[in-house]
Amino acid sequence: MAIPVVVGKDLRKVFRAPGNGGEVRALDGVSIEVRAGELTALVGPDGAGKTTLIRLMAGLFTADAGTLTVLGIDPAAQPQRVQDRIGYMPQKFGLYEDLSVQENLDLYADLHGVGAEERSRRYPQLMQMTDLGRFTGRLAGRLSGGMKQKLGLACTLVRSPELLLLDEPTVGVDPLSRRELWAIVEHLVREQGLTVLTSTSYLDEAERAARVLVLHEGRALAQSEPAAVTRIATGRSVVLDPNAGESARSLQARLLDDPEVIDAVPDGGLVRLVRTGEPATGRDRDMIAGLEATPVEPRFEDGFMVLLRGAAAHEAGVDIQLQRPLAPSVEGSVVEVHDLVKTFGDFTAVNHVSFEVRRGEIFGLLGPNGAGKTTTFRMLCGLSPPTAGILRIAGLDVSGAGAAARARLGYVAQKFSLYGALTVAENLEFFASAYGLRGAQRRERIDWALRQFDLERHARTASGELPGGFKQRLAMGAALLHEPDILFLDEPTSGADPLARRAFWRRITALAEQGVTVIVTTHFMQEAEYCDHIAIMDGGRVLARGSPAQIRRLGRARDGREVSMEDAFIAVVETARAREGAARA
Amino acid sequence: MLASLLRIVALTRKELLAVLKDRRARMSLLIPPILQCLLFGYAATYDLSHIPYAVLDRSHSTASQDLLARFDGTRLFERVANLSTQRQVRDSIDDRRALLAIEIPADFARRLQAGGADLQIIADGRNSNTAGTALGYAQSVVDDFNSDWRADHGQAGPPVMVAARAWYNPNLVTRWNMIPGLIGTLTMIQTLMLTAMSVAREREQGTFDQLLVTPFRPAEIMAGKALPSMLVGIIQATGVLLVAQVWFRIPFQGSFLTLYAGLTLFVLAAVGVGLVVSALCQTMQQAMLFSFILIMPFALLSGLTTPISNMPLSLQYFTFINPLRYAIDITQRVYLEGAGAGVLMPDLWPLAAIAAATLAAASWLFKRL
Amino acid sequence: MRLQGTLRPKLRRILALVRKETRQMVRDPATIAVGIVLPVILILLFGFGLSLDVRNVPLAVVMEDSSAPAGNLLAAFTLSSYFNPQVVYSPQAAERLMMEGRVDGILTIPSDFARRYGAGNARVQLVVHGSDANRARIIESYVDGAVGAWSARQSADEGTSAGNGPVGVQSRLWFNSANDSHYFLVPGLVVLVMTLIGAFLTAMVVAREWERGTFEALFVTPVRSGEILLGKTVPYFGLGVLGLLLCIVAAKFLFRVPIVGSLAVLVAGSMLYVLVALGVGLLISSYFKNQLVASQLTMLATFMPALMLSGFLFDLRSMPAVIRALTYLLPARYYVALLQTTFLAGDIWPVILPNAAALAVMLGLLGYASRAVTHKRLG
Repeated sequence: MAIPVVVGKDLRKVFRAPGNGGEVRALDGVSIEVRAGELTALVGPDGAGKTTLIRLMAGLFTADAGTLTVLGIDPAAQPQRVQDRIGYMPQKFGLYEDLSVQENLDLYADLHGVGAEERSRRYPQLMQMTDLGRFTGRLAGRLSGGMKQKLGLACTLVRSPELLLLDEPTVGVDPLSRRELWAIVEHLVREQGLTVLTSTSYLDEAERAARVLVLHEGRALAQSEPAAVTRIATGRSVVLDPNAGESARSLQARLLDDPEVIDAVPDGGLVRLVRTGEPATGRDRDMIAGLEATPVEPRFEDGFMVLLRGAAAHEAGVDIQLQRPLAPSVEGSVVEVHDLVKTFGDFTAVNHVSFEVRRGEIFGLLGPNGAGKTTTFRMLCGLSPPTAGILRIAGLDVSGAGAAARARLGYVAQKFSLYGALTVAENLEFFASAYGLRGAQRRERIDWALRQFDLERHARTASGELPGGFKQRLAMGAALLHEPDILFLDEPTSGADPLARRAFWRRITALAEQGVTVIVTTHFMQEAEYCDHIAIMDGGRVLARGSPAQIRRLGRARDGREVSMEDAFIAVVETARAREGAARA
Repeated sequence: MLASLLRIVALTRKELLAVLKDRRARMSLLIPPILQCLLFGYAATYDLSHIPYAVLDRSHSTASQDLLARFDGTRLFERVANLSTQRQVRDSIDDRRALLAIEIPADFARRLQAGGADLQIIADGRNSNTAGTALGYAQSVVDDFNSDWRADHGQAGPPVMVAARAWYNPNLVTRWNMIPGLIGTLTMIQTLMLTAMSVAREREQGTFDQLLVTPFRPAEIMAGKALPSMLVGIIQATGVLLVAQVWFRIPFQGSFLTLYAGLTLFVLAAVGVGLVVSALCQTMQQAMLFSFILIMPFALLSGLTTPISNMPLSLQYFTFINPLRYAIDITQRVYLEGAGAGVLMPDLWPLAAIAAATLAAASWLFKRL
Repeated sequence: MRLQGTLRPKLRRILALVRKETRQMVRDPATIAVGIVLPVILILLFGFGLSLDVRNVPLAVVMEDSSAPAGNLLAAFTLSSYFNPQVVYSPQAAERLMMEGRVDGILTIPSDFARRYGAGNARVQLVVHGSDANRARIIESYVDGAVGAWSARQSADEGTSAGNGPVGVQSRLWFNSANDSHYFLVPGLVVLVMTLIGAFLTAMVVAREWERGTFEALFVTPVRSGEILLGKTVPYFGLGVLGLLLCIVAAKFLFRVPIVGSLAVLVAGSMLYVLVALGVGLLISSYFKNQLVASQLTMLATFMPALMLSGFLFDLRSMPAVIRALTYLLPARYYVALLQTTFLAGDIWPVILPNAAALAVMLGLLGYASRAVTHKRLG
């Protein structure tokens, strides 16, 4: 019988929100049980309460209500005793960037009191596990994202803790490294009987745990084995094949409003649905929206979405209507990139990248952090001059006719980058002026933005105090004020909860249908399905280009499952790296 | 052209809004300069008062009592000890209980009648400036004693006497030249630092990218950042000026127009330096450190605490590129002397040159980055 | 055995933290800037740039009388190292020179000088520029002195007894017979450098660690909050001592300021102050956790007061009572008293002990406060 290592009952934690002085209920009555020798996963989007819960266990916060014992100790009363025995890797693991890999490891070994003899045993194991043996002398600040996370993990494992807490250890990391990190964790659980609690917003990772706790806005929606969550959607999952002439994403966007539909995502050119309720007997069973519905085995994500939908409201009717049809400034390719290169000193961030984007397309730039997507993006937006290569936006050369080119594009950054101290209205007014809008036209456009993005009642609120999703809406509104041909979106969906992501893609779909060209970067591989064309980048190069279907064909199936975009990415990267290794040999 | 101007106006408006809305920024707009002006205005004085002195009076004569009574009679000296041994004199100075020790010899009265007696005054030279000033005060007391004595005894005065007066500051109050000098100093510190950090702050918060993506040209962004900073700088200078006039009541001799013309040029130069710093720095911490490293030599080598003519030549050359040097000269001369623009030309055109050079450099740097 | 068991790991942890902090310190450009570049700049500025000495005063001398006594008087000024006289022949020329700032004073020897000197009541006029009152006052007293000395010499030569008045003053300046302002400026410099390193740098560094989030992982280890404090303090204390040595070397060999007291007292007192400054920096940054706020606040609370209100430049006794009372709260005040005495006067215990005691008390209070404010908690 598995002994509970962590037992929490009815935990509550409330924070004061900055600015408007309201309250944020980080945890609202959550109970949890983590059993020894098991891998438990906390799943949920940003703001669900995962980090708060983990920090409570680590003794870094005290709960406002409820009971919690870790290893039989109350972390609120005796945090040091708990901290002596557990390992903890926070979300942005603060590695000491000025210290080398070896120095970081030694520091944690010293702090945990690991003797020289034990070190001589452990270090080789850790190095082999993380494949960092060649980099012991490198400064931690110079490691790639994946390597940093691996080092962070190694630092927590300088000795065998009785409980390992990992807070989103794989966020933003490339799929290859993600897989490797998970392999390490699973190996530890299996071979050494380590008890691990990890939080993640990647649903496929949650599925591999022994138990999951699904959190949403501070409440637990379920705590069980993953299979039980998947079973919630039994009999509800179907797949539709869109008619010729309609893209999967358009169909999906339409279907999201259908009362029968809980969730819909484009998947391999088809649309995957989760239906409400028991499938009614009768004619409707096999048809939805006039298309044949083929039942399929449910996935973890399906069950998850059912839970989520039960807890959160659905955002209806979020399609964006442009004020007037977009006047095409150029036919054919709206964005042309030829042989783009960007070097910083002797480091090549972007290495001869080429692609083209046609009008009205959604183009996705995929790749892990550090692949060069953001650098390419910044060059496209005119934020950074290219070292070499040709860049054309709407027919204009970005380096030459900079200001004119920038007037044709809109940009939404990953982190909210409008003026937090200014109100929504003031921000819109400023950017309207920045784009040269005047008089009646200016008034029209600002009103349009306020209406379309549902910001009217927040017009006088300081934009820094807007609730989460609204900030992004404001950013998008500001980017569309001047009716640009092209919209650039940098990692717009990182960390957002699935419902918000669905709503976001609906807007984008609507915009694309009205002729706006959209270029997106993301590290969520499955979002590639929304795109017309994608390019996969790694190490500054474009490794593969094409439609999602074409890219998926490059992948290799794992465990007999359908080939996912992640599999395709990993296959492409591994092939590329093998080729490089062979070329160097 | 018009489009460009409108953009600059929009940016200026945005900056001012952002400053006015942030409560902390609002408070740090006027309160620090005013507080600092008050604090330093009172503290930064070379004029002495409450000078503690000890006396070793071996004479105990009427004459010596008379002399000492004069010391006590001024508001400046405070007798802290009547000593009886040389050892005590030494201790009182060593222990810092007294700044001056006056030794009156036993035969003081007799020698006075004979026509020439001597006083010994020992001063604690650990701060030689203070000691020198105290000795100067002591000398005046003795001089007064002397002239009264001569008058009483029908003697002629000293063969040569010096009749002294001072221009613009008849009572030689340190504060009178310190505080007008502070107008420039405090303004520069705030303006330079704020301007330097403004771009760095936008970079860190990510709003700078959003700005660069719009049709704004680098020069327009610079202008849009310079104007609000200048406005803030002038407001702060006015705050300090008001403290000088209303609180310290230092009479203003010149024309406000000339003063503000000079101040505007100065603030422009300070903003220019700040913009160069902000173009070079990526983070706010860097901007702060950089500006601090600049402000120190600027403030210390500006002529406020130490006259420029006292500095070695190489450092005097350095002060040619120090905008504060000119600002202090301008404010002091307009304030105390009522100097007009013509006389101030040697100060005004270097300021203009510095402003032009730094703004051009900043513009070029902005474009590059 | 038990004590040994907990002591060894504790020492190892503290050493590990000190090692980490030292490495970070050495590899961080900001630390180099504040810890080395700024002190060097300060040393150069204070040593070479600042001087309150009055020498070579440019003086315009309006010779309205060209008689022998007048010429004699002029010669006295020319020969004096305190003055740099420039002869002009009209008051207007002199005034122009003064307005242009080329001279700091106008000495007018009137046309009836020789005649009145013979009668025993000659007058000369001195006009000084009041915009630097301190300098003006000193110039006045120097001119007074020069004229007095000249007339005394003349009297002695002529065998008459007319002096400057029955009472003459013989003054001696103890501890600074050279009357060199470096003697007190340089100890002031030491205060500033120690404050910079002790308070400002530390505040920046601790707040930065909060911002970078490295504390979070550190907290969930066996390390105690007291050990974290120590780990931060020791390397910066070391840097402070280094800075102190730099200043002492500069003072003695570059600026030729004598060190009359014992080096041991100097170093011990300085260590005390550095610890106090470190404590202030740690306290501010533990509370504010934001680099910008912490550094600005520390600057305002430690550096500016050290410059203005510690007594090394401006005399504390002459300040209004309110401000004087305020200075009792400043550690810099006690340190300046200690430094000035140790540098220039020697080991004068009645001065050293009370000031050191005040610093020690402050250290105790700060230590207590820092401990209270440092928790291994995030919120």
